[in-house]
Amino acid sequence: MKAHTDKTYDLQLDDLRNKLLTLGGYVETEIATTMRALTERDSKLAETVIGQDREVNRLEIEIDEACRRLLVLRQPAASDLRFITTALKIVVDLERIGDLAVNIAERAIDLNQSPPLKPIPDLSRLADLGQRQVRAALDAFVEADPDKAEQVIKNDDLLDSLYHNLVNELLALMMEDPRNIRRANSLLFVAKHLERIGDHATNVAEMVIYMVRGTDIRHPGSRK
Amino acid sequence: MNSLMARRAVNWIMTGLCGLALAIALVPLVSLLWLVISRGLAGLSWSFFTALPAPVGETGGGVGNAIAGTLYIVGIACLIGVPFGVGAGVYLAERGDTRLGDGIRFIAEVLSGVPSIVVGIVAYGLVVIPMRRFSALAGGVALAVLMVPTLARSTEELIRLVPHELREASLALGVPQWRTSLRVVLRTALGGIMTAILLTVARAAGETAPLLFTSLNNQYWNWRADQPTASLTVQIYNYAVSPYAEWHDRAWTSALILLLLVGSLALAGRLLSRRRVR
Amino acid sequence: MRPKVEVRSLNAWFKANHALRNVSLTVPANTVLAIIGPSGCGKTTFVRCLNRMHELVPGACQSGNVLVDGQDLHARRVDPVNLRRRVGMVFQRANPFPTMTIFDNVVAGLKLNGVRGDYPALVEKSLRQAALWDEVKDRLRQSAVSLSGGQQQRLCIARALAVDPEVLLMDEPASALDPIATARIEELIRGLRESLTIVIVTHNMQQAARVSDSTAFFYMGELIEHGPTEQIFTNPRESRTEDYVTGKFG
Repeated sequence: MKAHTDKTYDLQLDDLRNKLLTLGGYVETEIATTMRALTERDSKLAETVIGQDREVNRLEIEIDEACRRLLVLRQPAASDLRFITTALKIVVDLERIGDLAVNIAERAIDLNQSPPLKPIPDLSRLADLGQRQVRAALDAFVEADPDKAEQVIKNDDLLDSLYHNLVNELLALMMEDPRNIRRANSLLFVAKHLERIGDHATNVAEMVIYMVRGTDIRHPGSRK
Repeated sequence: MNSLMARRAVNWIMTGLCGLALAIALVPLVSLLWLVISRGLAGLSWSFFTALPAPVGETGGGVGNAIAGTLYIVGIACLIGVPFGVGAGVYLAERGDTRLGDGIRFIAEVLSGVPSIVVGIVAYGLVVIPMRRFSALAGGVALAVLMVPTLARSTEELIRLVPHELREASLALGVPQWRTSLRVVLRTALGGIMTAILLTVARAAGETAPLLFTSLNNQYWNWRADQPTASLTVQIYNYAVSPYAEWHDRAWTSALILLLLVGSLALAGRLLSRRRVR
Repeated sequence: MRPKVEVRSLNAWFKANHALRNVSLTVPANTVLAIIGPSGCGKTTFVRCLNRMHELVPGACQSGNVLVDGQDLHARRVDPVNLRRRVGMVFQRANPFPTMTIFDNVVAGLKLNGVRGDYPALVEKSLRQAALWDEVKDRLRQSAVSLSGGQQQRLCIARALAVDPEVLLMDEPASALDPIATARIEELIRGLRESLTIVIVTHNMQQAARVSDSTAFFYMGELIEHGPTEQIFTNPRESRTEDYVTGKFG
């Protein structure tokens, strides 16, 4: 890619990009850690997720500031404009993913108070897939690769059907034995959070496509 | 710090040298003014402006006819010289970026360098010989020939000084070229051209040589263009080369009047240009 | 939309320098076209071709067609003087006639051509259109150079409007003005679109983005891209346009 005539502009854009990647890295680890805390029943580990989310929140504010600064000082156009508006939008999604990881961590701490339910393989598959979606969306962003982003959007269907299976499984568990209801309900929330994480990854992917191609693919049919 | 001191010293010395050069340059000018005023002031009286010259031995008399004659000849020169000079200047500015224009400019350059006595001879050949007499007209022609090249060049420069944007503004409004030249460009340069005319007239009024064998001289009032006519400069010349002391005094007084005339014309020109700049 | 100005394979030269290469574009009626591009890209030459001011420069020539309302204005039989009354122009530097009053400046286009009319009414109308009336209505007999830079430029716009043109060309009309005066001119441009078609050359990309409906990017005498302004500034098709609007030139 060609450099800007004003080199500091490039430096500022790179700085923003790096901050976003750092944020993405944090969020990815949060999901991984929170799932480990859940499966390994490690409340200490779950606590660290809540701690890490403070970093995420701090970075979100920094990224917002960097975007505002670039918008007002540089009046960006074309690809720069699309990059910065994309950054402004995906930072919200990434931060929400972080929050969801924290919610899962809180559920994990709660679940650890009672004896474990029987292992549910679909849950860890859902977690895996969610985590992979986030990573793929971030990769698509870094590499400015719209094909990868499209793949993420496609894979969201997979995640959704997995989620619905899981809901049915957990409902079955509840009906099996009322003593399961409290814990199964918590897991239901975990599943819901994972599904939401997948949605946010999809949002990121959609923004990546806008950033690269300049076309908004969201909500087809809702434009004038 | 040392170098700062050195630079200050150099600055001071150079300023001093420049001041000295100015003072030396002012010496002849101031002494000339002083000489003319101190020697001429004594003879100044109202009748000196109005009366005819008195013969040798008589006191009184004046140079009234010469003052009138100078104004008359210069007037004729303006009538001939200003249209040609300004017209040529407009041409050079508007259409002068050609070989012909360069040629005209070169000729004007040469012409303004020709000694004024030569111009007098030309006017003698052109007007005096065919008419078989010296005349105010011949003097006017001689002065006009002197005025045209400087007037043409200064008019050209003044018109070129009119911002190109004004010309474009007018053309962009759908005003044809010739109207634009006349009503926008020339109109804008007019103040400057008036100044140029006044300064050129002032210079012409001080010329002696071209008048010596064109308008010659006249001891009486004359308002006919085809008759010899007195002029201040020739009158000064005649008085000055005469052997009579009182005529020498009259030459000084006439010189003072000429100085006042030329000076006030130049001053008027300057004032006009200053008002325009403001 | 009805095309007001149609340019077909326009070429322009300054002696041997090929300043405009085969430019074709269309400006719909009552829209604003912004021309952007680096210095020396042919922007100014382009607008000066539209009212045939280009051909006044010694050694300049042009080929191709410029149609206003479907009529070829570069045909031999069309008098450029008449054309310039239909296609007005405002220049980079405000250039009111310094020897004239504000009043006379506004009606200069008529007066200099010896056209009679209801001058006072026309002066008021034009000055109101140029958003200058309230500032100068009590001093119409004062010299035009007594106005501030921004007022002078609006006076020049009023002067151009007084001859009732259909197309108004503006060559960087606000580049010498402060932001407030610039904003006034931009506001004015948006309002004028109701009654005329405007082509504006600007170095200021934000200005182009603010005032125009479509934007054309010129580079080295070529029209690189012409499209809706929003598209040019958010998602240009040509990489050279992209480089220019993002500041990646040179």
